[in-house]
Amino acid sequence: MARYDTDTAPSPRASFRAGAIAVSPVLLGIVPFGLVAGVAATEAGLGLAEAVGFSVVVFAGASQLAALELLGTGAPAWVAIMTAAVINLRMAMYSASIGSYMTDQSLPRRLVASYLLTDQAYALSLARYQRQGRTRPEVDRFWFYLGTALVLWMVWQITTVLGVVVGGAVPEAVPLGFAVPLTFLCLLVPTVTDRPTLAAALVGGGVALVAAPLPANLGMPLGAGAGVVVGYALVRRKRS
Amino acid sequence: MSATQTAWIVIVLGGIATFAIRGSFLLVATRLAELPDTTRQLLRMIPAAALAALVVPALLRTDGELVLLGPRPLAGVVALGIAWWTRSVLATIAVGLGAVVGFELLLG
Repeated sequence: MARYDTDTAPSPRASFRAGAIAVSPVLLGIVPFGLVAGVAATEAGLGLAEAVGFSVVVFAGASQLAALELLGTGAPAWVAIMTAAVINLRMAMYSASIGSYMTDQSLPRRLVASYLLTDQAYALSLARYQRQGRTRPEVDRFWFYLGTALVLWMVWQITTVLGVVVGGAVPEAVPLGFAVPLTFLCLLVPTVTDRPTLAAALVGGGVALVAAPLPANLGMPLGAGAGVVVGYALVRRKRS
Repeated sequence: MSATQTAWIVIVLGGIATFAIRGSFLLVATRLAELPDTTRQLLRMIPAAALAALVVPALLRTDGELVLLGPRPLAGVVALGIAWWTRSVLATIAVGLGAVVGFELLLG
């Protein structure tokens, strides 16, 4: 595996900072989400310890909210666990995608990267990796990723605690939660570069929309899977 | 079993399951060192498909109902334009949030 020349290799510190800068506008969407994760724990009849437990151990917003909602209605533990796992299945796709850029990283680094993997850290890092060349990169891949993922992790923990403490006092005048899909929209645009990726996005979005009423947020992984299959089929047809 | 005990079972087992999913490919990544072109093409489709699958329902479904001409889809179109022109997350969020508030006032 080719290594970068030491004199042209980007420094860890600068790369981490670049990642932290890249994630900062995204945090606007994380703050209300994290507050809600704290509020949801209170509403499920749980305390600060359980809210923080979910945010530190599970660290996956949508699945935390779903599990807390189920626990609040008295569902058995296995239903909440299965639901959380299904909602997080999409991250196996991110793991495969980002993993292809981390083949030369050590096992401890890949363990850290795995624990911190989120929609946002994945999308921001992949966008940067694709923009920079494989030779003479502007940022170190691992440290840029860590910059996005670790800052997001810290904000998630802080806002979860705030959510428990502040409770339902979050003003609802501005739908701050809408910042979450807006973030994904902005990250989606540069990933559509040709017909197959456009088809992948259209089919992915369309199927997810139609399948949205399905329980356990199954519409999202179903749509994403369908989009990947159609996009890939177009690539294959063009070549044969 | 108390509600707190049940919660901790969900936290620990849900956490292990989530970590296993996150690490699924990353932890065996060394074996992917020489990715065949077909796999590379397949992986290239994931971000477009996955992000669209997150975005489209969030924009076109309001409170669980399909809404095509509400504040959210309209603000989404505006935000898509801003994202296309500027490629800036901050500009997209700022204009998108402004648009959704504006359309909510207009459409009542």
